[in-house]
Amino acid sequence: MTDLWDIIIVGGGPGGLAAAMYGARSKQKTLLIEKGKTGGQAATTWDMENYPGFAKGTTGPGLMQAFTDHATSFGAEIVRGEVVDVTADDKIVTLKDGTKYHGRTLIFAPGAVPRTLGVKGESALRGKGVSYCATCDADFFTDLDIVVLGNGDAAIEEGSYLTKFANSVTVVVIHDEGVLDAAPMLQERAFRNPKMKFVWNSTLQEIRGDGIVEGVVLHNVKTNELTEMETNGVFIYVGTIPQTGFLQGKVNLDERGYIITNEQMETNVDGVFGIGDARVTYLRQVITAAADGAIAAVAAEKYIIEEEGFKESVLAEERPVAVVFWTPMSNRCLEMMPNIESALTVFGDKVKTWKLDTYRNRRVASRYGVTQNPTIVFFHRGQVAARLVDAEITAEAINTTLVALVN
Amino acid sequence: MIEVHKDNFDQEVLQADGLTVVDFWGPKCEKCLALMPDFYRIAEQYAGEAKFCKLDTSGNRRLAIAQKVLGLPVIAFYRGGEKIAELGPSECSAESIEAKVKELI
Repeated sequence: MTDLWDIIIVGGGPGGLAAAMYGARSKQKTLLIEKGKTGGQAATTWDMENYPGFAKGTTGPGLMQAFTDHATSFGAEIVRGEVVDVTADDKIVTLKDGTKYHGRTLIFAPGAVPRTLGVKGESALRGKGVSYCATCDADFFTDLDIVVLGNGDAAIEEGSYLTKFANSVTVVVIHDEGVLDAAPMLQERAFRNPKMKFVWNSTLQEIRGDGIVEGVVLHNVKTNELTEMETNGVFIYVGTIPQTGFLQGKVNLDERGYIITNEQMETNVDGVFGIGDARVTYLRQVITAAADGAIAAVAAEKYIIEEEGFKESVLAEERPVAVVFWTPMSNRCLEMMPNIESALTVFGDKVKTWKLDTYRNRRVASRYGVTQNPTIVFFHRGQVAARLVDAEITAEAINTTLVALVN
Repeated sequence: MIEVHKDNFDQEVLQADGLTVVDFWGPKCEKCLALMPDFYRIAEQYAGEAKFCKLDTSGNRRLAIAQKVLGLPVIAFYRGGEKIAELGPSECSAESIEAKVKELI
């Protein structure tokens, strides 16, 4: 616990890696903690067709390796470990093996994992023909017949990928004939694919097999009819769940466990950020995760400058400090500043002056209730001792206030 | 670490004396690649007490399916020509592998 990191990122998917790259590039001491291999869910998708500038031929693992190399090239450090506990206020994370890391800011990018369906046979036959990762397991099903459950982007995209291996891919869809949730481009491609078949208005009731998958029981949700179907494999794509169990009670999560943030990726805890698939957001793609990472890293850096700078220079100061909240964009401030400065210089080393641009330091300004420019807030030993607002600021008023404080 | 494949699986695994641990992996399986360093560490630590092998399923699909492996990663434990235990894709971790090795040696 001797090292203090500027930014600690938990999770090495595209969001975490982008944050690490941005953080390290702007000279923040940046640590990324990943429990497995970097790349997250993106590394389990082979065909990566929708990351701008990287056309056909780009693979998920390949792109993620490039993200990783990019982050480390600027000096981000990556360690392997699973975070099991978090002290959000103190910015401390604890790994499973007891190692603790201390940061000035934390960025959580824990990502999501595939949701399980919860039907009979599913968990017993996992790795025996039931799979959630086409890239990992497609090879096994070369020339075999398989079933895909789901009809969103992931189901249709991965189903199409599986037709490169399997003899046939039967997609089980809960909607009426012809209706898929996947993007139109993916739908068109799937409907044209001679190896892809569809079963409509249906879901899985059971997965059967002795040791390995042998068949499924389909449930028609319109007629309640049950049909048995032989198959060698079942790929399940019914959404994801955020991996935020370790954040429960530490930062605000929504009822489904996603991290709640504002547009700057800030959680309810100061200096703690949430990004990527585990965040409440409209779209969950590599590009959105990476964008989240960039925003969070910049916001974290700003937080460090603003908060830590204020803490060290103002709150920890022994002498009285006159914090001048101003903005160079206001003519009134520009007119008044010379008089303010000369009134303060009278006290020489006995008083410290700290100028704060309210536009760049909104967080601090609003915490001390500063609504007008200029405002001088006088601090002594970490406490607000007095304040002068706008017209109250005169050489005489500054003098009177400081004489009282210095003595 | 012994690389096993369709031509030596019988001899190295099924006909081996004592406990043999096989890491079924594939080059496209990121979780397998992430687990590999841990498997090597465990193999080194328990070298005298069990035999450790790895099997690249991408060139040995039929062999893997014959061993009822259709998803990765899988760590399988053999003794006397029989599979006596197995850790599947959702159970494989450095901790679970080491615990199982300790239990079986």
